[in-house]
Amino acid sequence: MRIAVCIKQVPDTEARLRLSGDGTWIDEEDLSFVINESDTYALEEALQIAERTDGEVVVFSLGPERVREALRKALALGAVRAVHLQDPAFLGGDGLTVGRALAGAIAAEGFDLVLTGSQSDDVGFGSIGSIIAGELGWPHAWLVMGVVLDEANHKVKVAREMEGGMNEISNLDLPAVLEVQAGLNKPRYASLKGIMQAKKKEISEPGPGDLGLAPEGLGESGAKIEVISVAFPETGKGAQMIEGDAETAAKTLVEKLQKEARIL
Amino acid sequence: MSKKIWIVLQQRDGKIHKMAWEAVRAGQILAAEVGGTAEAVLLGSGLEEAASEVGQCSLAAVHVADDANLAEYTPGRFVRTLEAAINAAQPAYVLFPHTYQTVDFLGRLAQSLDAALVPEVVAFETVDGSVEWQRPILGGKMFAKVRAKGSGPVLVSLQSGAYSADEVEKGSAPIESLNLDYADMAADREILGVEEAAGGEVDLSQAPVIVSVGRGLGDEEKMPIMQDLADALGAELGASRPVIDSGWLPRDRQIGSSGQTVTPKLYVAAGISGAIQHLVGMKGSQVIVAINKDASAPIFNVADYGIVGDLHEVVPAVTAALKEASGD
Ligand SMILES: Cc1cc2nc3c(=O)[nH]c(=O)nc-3n(C[C@H](O)[C@H](O)[C@H](O)COP(=O)(O)OP(=O)(O)OC[C@H]3O[C@@H](n4cnc5c(N)ncnc54)[C@H](O)[C@@H]3O)c2cc1C
Repeated sequence: MRIAVCIKQVPDTEARLRLSGDGTWIDEEDLSFVINESDTYALEEALQIAERTDGEVVVFSLGPERVREALRKALALGAVRAVHLQDPAFLGGDGLTVGRALAGAIAAEGFDLVLTGSQSDDVGFGSIGSIIAGELGWPHAWLVMGVVLDEANHKVKVAREMEGGMNEISNLDLPAVLEVQAGLNKPRYASLKGIMQAKKKEISEPGPGDLGLAPEGLGESGAKIEVISVAFPETGKGAQMIEGDAETAAKTLVEKLQKEARIL
Repeated sequence: MSKKIWIVLQQRDGKIHKMAWEAVRAGQILAAEVGGTAEAVLLGSGLEEAASEVGQCSLAAVHVADDANLAEYTPGRFVRTLEAAINAAQPAYVLFPHTYQTVDFLGRLAQSLDAALVPEVVAFETVDGSVEWQRPILGGKMFAKVRAKGSGPVLVSLQSGAYSADEVEKGSAPIESLNLDYADMAADREILGVEEAAGGEVDLSQAPVIVSVGRGLGDEEKMPIMQDLADALGAELGASRPVIDSGWLPRDRQIGSSGQTVTPKLYVAAGISGAIQHLVGMKGSQVIVAINKDASAPIFNVADYGIVGDLHEVVPAVTAALKEASGD
């Protein structure tokens, strides 16, 4: 099976966030980036399927220069090749333009399956996979927590997470797009050998023209929404903060739970 | 022409989802702000009672797509139905509850309509005639304000709790049937059934005290400090999703939108940032204590008491203070 995996590079959840100069995003200087959490599960699932079916995994990402590092990491984990959409025409868009560009790059090669994470930890649209599916005219499922391939019948059985701890079980015809939820499997670590091999693997950088995509429908010009500003939430309306070293704070807390909240 | 605001309601077996009522309220507010009319849309099969229930709200119409082909949700049929209906009626805004079902198909609907997509909205306001939508980013650590550009419908999903279902204005709305050719629409998914994900034993919904642990614990080996605190409080252990995903605790301990919803007397969250998917599962707790090394973590916005510090020091200190207070 040939499997395409779309990954996004996002700020590390532990990163200290500061506003960018124009107030529409965060300052990316000195920020550390990682592969989006649910995408790591999508990649792992793809690698496992490829191993079982004697297939291969090609990894795709849209984003600036820094994204190369995430692609290298995916190559070290076992993807055979990477496609980096970093032409300026691709950047600065919204979910629709990102999905359109990725679908164009995927369609240019031909795959049996596309895996993405279910949602990015930064912007969190949760829609890129289904937009790609719409562009390709393939079935899709969001929040996939179980994948059973039936290659002979060109089907895949998926468990789709629902609210409150239930899964919906359904069959999709292949080719399909699966938007993987975190927790589906146990992502592997890169081996030293994998890291060495990754250095020799190809990262191609096609532009819109190479993919037959009209630039008007991409990036900022194709976007249907724009960010006005980003901000930190108001503080101060929240918790009563308890000061002091660990021991003092702990004592104060217990006292307050007994005498003020009266729940102990 | 006055702007149409559509609210697409989610129902199962004729029962309207709570978040769909919240979306109705949001639609009524939006209609008042932009000088438009709010109209509801219901998709499913056997919807007579549900439609008449929705018809008792202050809405300009309830559009019903009632057909055996829509009895089960499938993205294929729901997208085709809504696409045809939206293209015909041209609503300016289409609101949805931000449920897992909505997210499953909303991107696809936006793609097929080439429409602006604004998921997970928690607030909106009208500024100079254009609507500014507010949504959380970066796990709730920040918020973004966005607006649609160009023409065409704007698809918006509303996060749980942003608007109040109790404040839906009552009234009376005509019920109109959407006559579409449902038989022509491919399901694109063969539903086989529904099963329990966790298969677990633990019911946290009745626990009076819960000690909940997040990724901030750092290492599975450190779990005993959390267990000790739980023991000292006579509490059950709960966790955020990453703790479960990493296999540190079984899935039946997960709290949040894809886990259990709890309302204990006391909820202690240690090393949990406070992403919305976690908050919806625990914000109804009577007293919330948060322990986090990051003073700006969103969990402190819902907590009653907060301690900024390293949980590896604070948690054992609280355990010790509890033991001391109880005279052990
Ligand atoms: C569809 C969907 C469903 C989801 N369902 C759920 C759900 O049901 N439940 C759920 O919880 N999540 C759910 N999530 C995930 C959710 O979005 C967050 O990713 C998750 O809640 C974050 O968990 P966390 O707070 O433990 O981790 P993080 O966000 O990584 O936060 C860790 C926190 O620990 C703090 N910390 C680190 N070290 C220390 C230390 N030494 N001492 C004190 N504090 C420390 C950090 O400051 C940080 O605030 C869902 C996501 C999606 C997309």
